[in-house]
Amino acid sequence: MVPTHYYLILSAVLFGLGAVAFVFKRNIITIFMSIELMLNAVNLAFVAFSQAFGKVEGQVFVLFVIVVAAAEAAVGLGIIILIQRNRQSLNIEKVNLLKL
Amino acid sequence: MPTPILDILWIIPALPLLGAAINGLFGKGWPNKIVNTVALASTGLSFLAALEAVREFFAGGQQLVHKEFFDWIVAGSFRAGFDLQMDQLTVVMVLVVTGVGFLIHIYSTGYMSHEGGYYRFFSYLNLFMFFMLILVLAANYVLLFVGWEGVGLASYLLIGFYFLKKSASDAGKKAFIVNRIGDFGFMLGMFLLFKTFGTLDFTQLFAKAVPWSHEAWGVFGTFTVACLLLFMGACGKSAQLPLYVWLPDAMEGPTPVSALIHAATMVTAGVYVVARSHILFTHSDTALIVVGTVGCATAFFAATIGLVQTDIKKVLAYSTVSQLGYMFLGCGVGAFSAGIFHLMTHAFFKALLFLAAGSVIHAMGGEQNMLHMGGLSKKIKVTYWTMLIATLAIAGFPPLAGFFSKDAILGEAFQREGGWHSLYVVGLLTALLTSFYMFRLIFLTFHGKQRYDEHHVHVHESPWSMLGPLVILAVLSIIGGWLAAPSFWGGEDHFTAFLAPVFGTGHEAALSEAAAHSLELTLAVVAVVAALIGLATAFWLYLRQPGKPAEIAKSLKPIYNTLYNKYYVDEAYGAAIVRPLLALSTNVLWKIIDVEAIDGTVNGIAHGATATGDVTRRTQSGNTRSYAVWVVVGALTILIIVFWPAIRALAGGAQ
Repeated sequence: MVPTHYYLILSAVLFGLGAVAFVFKRNIITIFMSIELMLNAVNLAFVAFSQAFGKVEGQVFVLFVIVVAAAEAAVGLGIIILIQRNRQSLNIEKVNLLKL
Repeated sequence: MPTPILDILWIIPALPLLGAAINGLFGKGWPNKIVNTVALASTGLSFLAALEAVREFFAGGQQLVHKEFFDWIVAGSFRAGFDLQMDQLTVVMVLVVTGVGFLIHIYSTGYMSHEGGYYRFFSYLNLFMFFMLILVLAANYVLLFVGWEGVGLASYLLIGFYFLKKSASDAGKKAFIVNRIGDFGFMLGMFLLFKTFGTLDFTQLFAKAVPWSHEAWGVFGTFTVACLLLFMGACGKSAQLPLYVWLPDAMEGPTPVSALIHAATMVTAGVYVVARSHILFTHSDTALIVVGTVGCATAFFAATIGLVQTDIKKVLAYSTVSQLGYMFLGCGVGAFSAGIFHLMTHAFFKALLFLAAGSVIHAMGGEQNMLHMGGLSKKIKVTYWTMLIATLAIAGFPPLAGFFSKDAILGEAFQREGGWHSLYVVGLLTALLTSFYMFRLIFLTFHGKQRYDEHHVHVHESPWSMLGPLVILAVLSIIGGWLAAPSFWGGEDHFTAFLAPVFGTGHEAALSEAAAHSLELTLAVVAVVAALIGLATAFWLYLRQPGKPAEIAKSLKPIYNTLYNKYYVDEAYGAAIVRPLLALSTNVLWKIIDVEAIDGTVNGIAHGATATGDVTRRTQSGNTRSYAVWVVVGALTILIIVFWPAIRALAGGAQ
């Protein structure tokens, strides 16, 4: 059986990649994908702990996260489409109406 | 003996309040007739209710009636309720207030008919009646103070009735502010009484006060201090030295107001309070001497100013101040019933004088300067005769009202031992001056050559709504004094006997009956002689030698100027009090405390907020990716804080 900390390290690496991409990428779709990546990294950690402690709550939480991610995807993609329509661009730097 | 019921007592003040509310709230668009009906009905019915209350009072054997209608302030053992009471003193006051008040309401319907703000005038006048009735019916000092302040408010509103005129609105403010000084003392007096006796209810307080020991001259015990503080309030309200300055200015108000508030009723409230608190005052020699001396000094002082004034209403105003001084002199010598008696007769003849003066002003189309009148006696006969009766009454000619009341006060002053004789002499001198300035007024106004332009002034007699009250008051001014004719006059002192349950039977007569008889007769003759001298001097100066007064004024220029300018008291107060206060307010309170300290603090806080905002708004760059960084940094920070112990443990383990 694969030791639990292998899963956790993978999860941490995936989350870190997501966080870095979230901050540094310019394309909104990429940013969106990095958010999904972070969510799934967390999911991985949840199921790993669930298995390690033999408890079902972790898996329940994963289901919650998937539902929330689906809802977020619906709203987020809607916003992205509107940005594309209004600005003919997906560059996050162009979304700067509130800039000083 | 069955005690009277008197459940209607609260109706007496409630009716004028209702009238004031109806006229004040809805009267604006109404024609004068409806406003009249409301105002006259409320005061008239109030007068009838007062008569009914007095009838029940007599039917019940003249027992003190104390009615608790509802609680107002209750705190611990302290209770101040809406309690009304009725005793002999209240009977006199209520009848004077409602009776004279009703007559003046009738008069006002004629006098004010051409004025704007008709509904407002009657609303205020009814409001005044309400507060004045509360004042005289109240059964404790707190409720009395409500009426006391309320009449001050009504007085302020009515003095400033012509509020577009600056002098009128200034006079209103002056009256209000000067009265505040007195009220300050009044309140302190109340606090002291409450602290000492634990109650402010008249019956309980006086019952507790009786056994206390007497305070001799120069001893400043509780009674002396409390009485002097109460008297300070009385000085403000009743226009005594040194707080009298507001009353002459109050003549800016419409003439019926001067008659009702500033002559007949409100200004006598101070005398009423002193008389009501007589049990306290008789405990302190100092307080009585101060009351008597201040009263006597004011009487003389105001009379001298009245000698040279040319405005017909100003003469009457100073005369009022002077007569109020007589009332306090009466109270000061312990003759409270004589003081109240003079209050009553004064209400009749002074209201009459003011109303008649109003009729003269009405006839002259607004002219108030007596030097521009003259020879009016033929043209306005009713006004002339009624005013002449009032003048004879105030000057103290028998058998008119003023003779008896003034004589009673002077007689009592003369019979007191000690230094009171000097007060008697000053009082007598004042009587002479009174007679002189009143006949000067009559001669200048009604006799001699006419000094106005007939083409401009159409002299006309006033309507009967104005003359009716004059005639009634003239009758009262004649017969009002017969209630207390002294014994040599063949009468009995019914008035003193009537008030005896309130004031006690007074001090024991030191003289035998026959001696008292001849003394009274002598004093009366002396008083009449003084009045005659005044009359003769006025007659000689203003009818026989019309050029003489100007000559005398010229030869005694410094004295004349001092009197004409009212001893420069207003100027002195201006220099000593008003201007330093104004300078303090402008230079310190306004420019330093208000602008620097208060505004500075407020503005400083605002500047601080702006500066903080300037710094912190840089975090809100508007750059979406910087927000993402903040989210990550925030999340990391929370993580580090949460796991800080674990991290420390790890680091420790590694070492």
